[in-house]
Amino acid sequence: MLKLRVIPCLDVKDGRVVKGVNFVSLRDAGDPVEQALVYDAAGADELTFLDITASHENRDTIIDVVSRTAARVFLPLTVGGGIRSTEDMRRLLLAGADKCSINSAAIARPDFINEAARKFGSQCVVVAVDARAVAAGRWEIFTHGGRQPTGIDAVAWCGEMQARGAGEILLTSMDRDGTGSGFDLALLQAVAGAVTIPIVASGGVGTLDHFTQGARVGATGLLAASVFHFGQFTISEVKASLHRAGLPVRLTGS
Amino acid sequence: MIDYGSGNLASAARGLELAAARCGIGAVVTISDDPDVVGQADRIVLPGQGAFADCAQGLAARPGLAAAMHRRVDDGAPFLGICVGMQLMAARGLEHGTTAGFGWIAGDIAPIEADGLRLPHMGWNELVFTPGAHPLLDGLKTGDHAYFVHSYALRTDAPAPVIATTDYGGPVVAMVARGNRAGTQFHVEKSQEVGLTILGNFLRWSP
Repeated sequence: MLKLRVIPCLDVKDGRVVKGVNFVSLRDAGDPVEQALVYDAAGADELTFLDITASHENRDTIIDVVSRTAARVFLPLTVGGGIRSTEDMRRLLLAGADKCSINSAAIARPDFINEAARKFGSQCVVVAVDARAVAAGRWEIFTHGGRQPTGIDAVAWCGEMQARGAGEILLTSMDRDGTGSGFDLALLQAVAGAVTIPIVASGGVGTLDHFTQGARVGATGLLAASVFHFGQFTISEVKASLHRAGLPVRLTGS
Repeated sequence: MIDYGSGNLASAARGLELAAARCGIGAVVTISDDPDVVGQADRIVLPGQGAFADCAQGLAARPGLAAAMHRRVDDGAPFLGICVGMQLMAARGLEHGTTAGFGWIAGDIAPIEADGLRLPHMGWNELVFTPGAHPLLDGLKTGDHAYFVHSYALRTDAPAPVIATTDYGGPVVAMVARGNRAGTQFHVEKSQEVGLTILGNFLRWSP
């Protein structure tokens, strides 16, 4: 049986981890590769790097991070942040990334998703959707860290992205992100009903039960950052909890 | 490792190097699209990402490359296809129109039929096989997990070359082998210890 994926996300800026695991055993806690190795050993099912490098000149730092990670970690690797062209994607994929997560560039020019899927295959095209509730049962896409409304209906947008060739949706509730109050389950359920591609839920987990709730309404991947980085839960604890709830997970060592 | 413009070769190359080091084999992994290099390889790995038709075209677009690969494999060099590299071993691919494969394995690469399940089939799934089914599976057991990403899979009426399956709305072909030719539908280079074990087995395989 296909297993749920538990996915830690690392924020990387100028080639360094911004929020990372605070393990004393790490030689360099700011090195994304060291962090990736920790998650690899801890039983992560995939890894995601979100590049938040602000200046264009430092954009190449993520290529080096991906290349050094792929040399040592034999897990699927998704990279997001600042991807604007198929050339950006090509460089990341050649460095060892398996999937590229595309956010604002899809909003600026939806045809980019068709081009990316045609060139590299849907399996490596993830569309990241940052949504915020604007009315009961209605969510809109927001950009600029959730501050800028776009007027685009988030659920319809996910359907359009699938039709254009996206192979996966990374769905973040900007209302819940960083709150620890759980995924926006109504949003997740609405998107799960609108697309047939896999959905990774993100934004808001604060308890072990939150992971279970996300999986029950249709997420096939569960992404979190802070709860792992700050050591609130280990990946094994999350998986054990999902397993106790009767949900399929890959337990460590198998 | 054959480079025909299909995606992430670095991970598979590093996986082979690490597997070789662990097995104490002095393997040199070369990524190449040069027919002369491929024609002299001791073992050949064909990765592949994206659509069947695009990969088949990418291989055909490099003069002499496919012919060199076929000659070397016909001469007995062990071959491992990964993901679409495995799919190309089949007679035909049905993704983006009908495209001829190598014809090493009877059957078509057809859409996965998994009612109510999401596609692509993406993530970790269990391998199912008979113990001792094939040397490439040495050291593994049914229930070990491998990482899959695909929407098409081998559909065949001649299942003899199928050495492992997985379950996604029914049995889905996970590994094939016939003579010195083998393939994995899953990504060995992304399947942690399970993948590295298979790569090590491939490097030691004497079909």
